[in-house]
Amino acid sequence: MKLHGIKVQHKKNTSDLPPVRLPVPDEVGIPMSMHIGKPAKVVVKRGDSVKVGQVIGERDGFVSAPVHASVSGTVSKVEDMVMSTGQKVPVVFIKSDGLNEVYEGITPPEVNDYQSLVEAIQLSGVVGLGGAGFPTFVKLNVKELDKIEEVVINAAECEPYITSDTRTMLDKPDYIFKAIEACRKFMGIKRFIIGIEDNKKEAIKVMKEHAAKTDGVEVRVLPSIYPQGGEKVLVYNTTGKIIPKGGLPLDVGVIVVNVTTLAFCAEYLETGMPLIEKCVTVDGSAVKHPANVIVPIGTPIENLFEACGGLKCEPAKIIYGGPMMGIAVPSTDTPVLKMTNAIIAMDEKEATPPKTTPCINCGNCLRHCPFRLDPKGIMSAYNIGDGEALEALNVDLCMECGCCSYVCPAKRPLVQTNKLAKIKLREYINSKKEEGTK
Amino acid sequence: MRKLISSVSPHVHSPLTTQKIMLDVVIALLPAGIASVIIFGLRALLVIGVCVAVCVFMEWGFEKICKKENTITDLSAVVTGLLLAYNLPVEIPIWQAVFGSVVAIVVVKQLFGGIGQNFANPAITARIVMMTAFSGTMTSWVIPDGVSSATPLALMAKGDMSSMPSYLQMFFGYRGGCLGETCIFALLLGGVYLLVKRVISWHTPVAFIGTVALMSLVCGKDVPYQLMAGGLVLGALFMATDYSTTPPTKWGKIIFGIGCGLITVLIRFWGNFPEGVSFSILIMNILTPYITRLTRSKPFGVGGGKR
Repeated sequence: MKLHGIKVQHKKNTSDLPPVRLPVPDEVGIPMSMHIGKPAKVVVKRGDSVKVGQVIGERDGFVSAPVHASVSGTVSKVEDMVMSTGQKVPVVFIKSDGLNEVYEGITPPEVNDYQSLVEAIQLSGVVGLGGAGFPTFVKLNVKELDKIEEVVINAAECEPYITSDTRTMLDKPDYIFKAIEACRKFMGIKRFIIGIEDNKKEAIKVMKEHAAKTDGVEVRVLPSIYPQGGEKVLVYNTTGKIIPKGGLPLDVGVIVVNVTTLAFCAEYLETGMPLIEKCVTVDGSAVKHPANVIVPIGTPIENLFEACGGLKCEPAKIIYGGPMMGIAVPSTDTPVLKMTNAIIAMDEKEATPPKTTPCINCGNCLRHCPFRLDPKGIMSAYNIGDGEALEALNVDLCMECGCCSYVCPAKRPLVQTNKLAKIKLREYINSKKEEGTK
Repeated sequence: MRKLISSVSPHVHSPLTTQKIMLDVVIALLPAGIASVIIFGLRALLVIGVCVAVCVFMEWGFEKICKKENTITDLSAVVTGLLLAYNLPVEIPIWQAVFGSVVAIVVVKQLFGGIGQNFANPAITARIVMMTAFSGTMTSWVIPDGVSSATPLALMAKGDMSSMPSYLQMFFGYRGGCLGETCIFALLLGGVYLLVKRVISWHTPVAFIGTVALMSLVCGKDVPYQLMAGGLVLGALFMATDYSTTPPTKWGKIIFGIGCGLITVLIRFWGNFPEGVSFSILIMNILTPYITRLTRSKPFGVGGGKR
């Protein structure tokens, strides 16, 4: 069985550009929610002085992650802000003193067994840097370690424009393989598969060279078919394993981890410096000189554009992440987050959504859905509010990759409908449960 | 600073539009149109022009009256007009062609909600209405040298094999029949264009024509004649592949094609009409929602995983 997908223009304009470190911004705004799960609890107040790497938000609940100061300076305010996800979270603003003084408590963690490894990863504040933002330590915290057959390292980077993972492979290959060694040593995992799309020739070469010197590491070159980097898609295309609906990679004995996340883990084990900065690809039709930049987390995205020679025109749309699954941001003062791997600024022409016309039942959407769903059927069922049909159509399986909307000649908002249909389905299932208990 | 556009992902789209698809279909239908003018003379052009003009006008007018958004720029009405004209004899009275066009666009397409909503193919349904209403003019054929004659299928039905055209004449369309259906060569050109452009897939035409070929062979009929006669090639390439009225799934298309083929031979060999392509497509149109439901693939990972 071959999973469907789409050929999108790669636009990897920045893959040959090593990241440039930007000057420290005057002020950073660090949200307490840059991960899936409960927001971190603010532990600093206005007027406090903080240093680089100091905890400013503590992990709250199991699925959560700590947040650290990315610059040294003074906390200027702590304010609730609405994030682009619609969630209202506290944001800690730090006025930088420009000195970038490192917090005294920063020392390499002591790791000598599995438990201490998980503990260290948890304290590092790292989350899925591919864009999902799932706390990494939760992923590594496995009850039955012996059931894990392989780790799949996600280096597909299938979204157009983004090259920050490519840069990790070119600039930090040692860290990737040090992390692999750590997993082998402390978790007893024997097999590692690095999945890369075939449009990253240089990175493939570097990874293969390193893999040749390491036992149990395979580099799997995959066709550049979006969404190759989708978790279930990647696991299937690298191992042949099918993750059941509603299940996790763990259910088939796999851990999937993004390549940049993995490299960061090794870097943290060596230095003890938590996740405070990011390599971000800045690109898009409105950007003068696309580039990769390294910035402290919380840097307003307008600073990134200045570093890229400014913008060609006033941007019409700015996206966190890639153009297929990224989120449009409301303004240019929104900060760089932990899982931000790209900022795309589009001009009027690229940004204006195409006109929607009636569905002509061409079937393009269902022929391109990686999970073989029927977006047209889902749309019809959603429009008449038919929860039973939505359940039968398995809309809850949808990963919102955007292939259906992309290929639709009528430019129908199919992903949007799927998102809404998922909510509708949840309501339907809940009401059915309630009826059952009555 | 100006307000940034906020919209749901994806933020990029393929260049494909409904209008481009319909334009490709129009381009693919052109060779058969040109052939019809060469074979049947300028009146063919008149019939085509009238059908297209009336279809587009009715689409515009209906949407105007109903205060609906205007859709004539998507070119689907042009396609309907062309297909209807190709399904008419060249000597059809103009007022009847106008009537057929109105039926196709207003009754079959717009009353069901316009593009994408109609369950039956407008051109085919209009043709069947016209066959019932004007059975005389709808079955009076002109062969290319100007003498009225029966179609090859009608000749075969009567057992009159002596006045049958040759295979070569059939292939290039020198025989009695509807104006756009006769030139197999031109139709195939268009069909290949649509396949290359991926506007249609091979499944329906191959299943449809293949079934007719196989059944003709089994029933001891002259296979090449059966394939080139009547509206089989036009129907299989251009009407059984219509998006709105046929299944979107791969297996659905194959079942649709086989069904069309079986009904076509049933009518041709044992029915009262010499030709059955139109009826077969209409009947399968009605079954389409059920075929689609039965042939939907099982989503990835539903019903358990695989280690």
